[in-house]
Amino acid sequence: MTTTYLKYELVRTLRNRMGFVFSLAFPVVTFLVIALSQQEAGFIRRSGGIPPATYYMVGLLGFGGIGAVLSGGGRIAVDRALGWNRQLLLTPLKPWVYLTSKVVNGYAVAGMTLIVMYAAGIAAGARAPFERWVEMTALVLIGLIPYAAMGIWLGHVTTADAIGPIMGGTMTLFGLLGGAWFPLGGWMRVLGEYLPLYWITSAGRVAIGGDGWPMKGWLVVGCWSSVLAVLAARAYRVDTKRR
Amino acid sequence: MTTQMTYGIEFVGISKSYGDVKAVRSIDLQIAPGETVALLGPNGAGKSTAIDMMLGLAVPDAGTVRVFGDEPRAAAKAGRIGGMLQLGGLIPFLTVRELVSSVAALYPNPLDVDDVITMTAIGDFAGRHTNKLSGGQIQRARFAMALVANTDLLILDEPTVAMDVEGRREFWTTMRGVAASGKTVVFATHYLDEADEYADRIVLMSQGKIVADGASTEIRGLAAGQVVRATLAGVQEAELLALAGVNSVELRGDAIVLSCTDSDATVRDLFASYPTVKNLSVAAAGLEEAFLQLTGNREREAV
Repeated sequence: MTTTYLKYELVRTLRNRMGFVFSLAFPVVTFLVIALSQQEAGFIRRSGGIPPATYYMVGLLGFGGIGAVLSGGGRIAVDRALGWNRQLLLTPLKPWVYLTSKVVNGYAVAGMTLIVMYAAGIAAGARAPFERWVEMTALVLIGLIPYAAMGIWLGHVTTADAIGPIMGGTMTLFGLLGGAWFPLGGWMRVLGEYLPLYWITSAGRVAIGGDGWPMKGWLVVGCWSSVLAVLAARAYRVDTKRR
Repeated sequence: MTTQMTYGIEFVGISKSYGDVKAVRSIDLQIAPGETVALLGPNGAGKSTAIDMMLGLAVPDAGTVRVFGDEPRAAAKAGRIGGMLQLGGLIPFLTVRELVSSVAALYPNPLDVDDVITMTAIGDFAGRHTNKLSGGQIQRARFAMALVANTDLLILDEPTVAMDVEGRREFWTTMRGVAASGKTVVFATHYLDEADEYADRIVLMSQGKIVADGASTEIRGLAAGQVVRATLAGVQEAELLALAGVNSVELRGDAIVLSCTDSDATVRDLFASYPTVKNLSVAAAGLEEAFLQLTGNREREAV
């Protein structure tokens, strides 16, 4: 029952090409424009040693990944607008399967972004040992958890009309303050360290032999995840409460 | 102590308001397993609210609802309710067949998807995406979704809205088969002929109350009344209401209009009580007119 439902949710996501082209194409195009135009030596000074190809590969993957997992949960707003959630309430579908399907869909699109960005990054010269790629990828996927929860929260508290602009704004804001566009310094870095995307971006450090996240990184990602998960759960309960 | 019968649906003292609007006022209703029941009434009678409470989509302000002895939401979670809602779209980017399959996958004991597509005669657009359907096709796809669940209880809220004549006929042909297979079927409609033709039992609602409840033939009898018109001066409405068989009275100057269920008795009583009555005529009320009389009359009592 669960797998069939997940399958059709996935089919629905993949057929809606306009729905994910933004989180797929936009990061790649941006990568080609920004990463390839950097003065390598100067960039490495600002990025703490990460070459531009690696830095932007990970940073823009984080940016596109946010769009992907946000729109996973954001589709709840579309279901609500259609009245489809009422139809589902009549069925034996368990709420956790419904919510999980949205997260899985978000991560599926994020996975496509990941493949495309890694291909672009490698083509542009990003290199790392295999186990470093794996660790870096794990950190990126963990760093997307708070945004997946945010998607579910937004899906319940906004409307289908508003969800697009809200997601675009959220992506841009986090992308800017989280260092997806340029390595952060000064006060921006102080602020950025409190945002999950900063830690996704800094996962690129792993590729050049650096350490994974310090305690602060885990705490920031953990706190954002917890708070947004609570908000999402509460929004779900309020929204599906029978009146 | 005897074992109590488990009803398909049981309403005990159900009331439901939305703000100042009393959508349903203190309803009692028992529907036995296997019955096909029409909830009949004009728009705003409380049919959809009653249906939402059967489906567990709305909670009554007072009273209890049971579906097969269970709380409606629990019955839904157990896969015992198939519902066809009046409002709402279908999820996009899936074909009708995929949509029906995805719903079938949620139920413990679904019918074969191809069988349902044949039964509901939606084969010619089963491969089409859901956003390319007409209003009537959407309704028929929705019906296929409700049917594929293969539940003991089917609840349909104004199922034939937006269907053309052909679609309507096919829909009811299929429904007859479904009802004959022993399922409990409840449908809301504001078409008297649909209720009359396809339900074993009609529950007539008006202004949030049940104003009549009985076998289709009884309700038709109630509705198939007569109208007695005559001229009679200086008589009170209450006096005329007291005459045999009179449902409602309308006074227009010296002209009186009596809606009645048994015009023979009414006319006899009228002549006996008022020898001065003249210009008397008796006509059969149209079904729709009588239906309005019946619901309208109770409306006055409720105020």
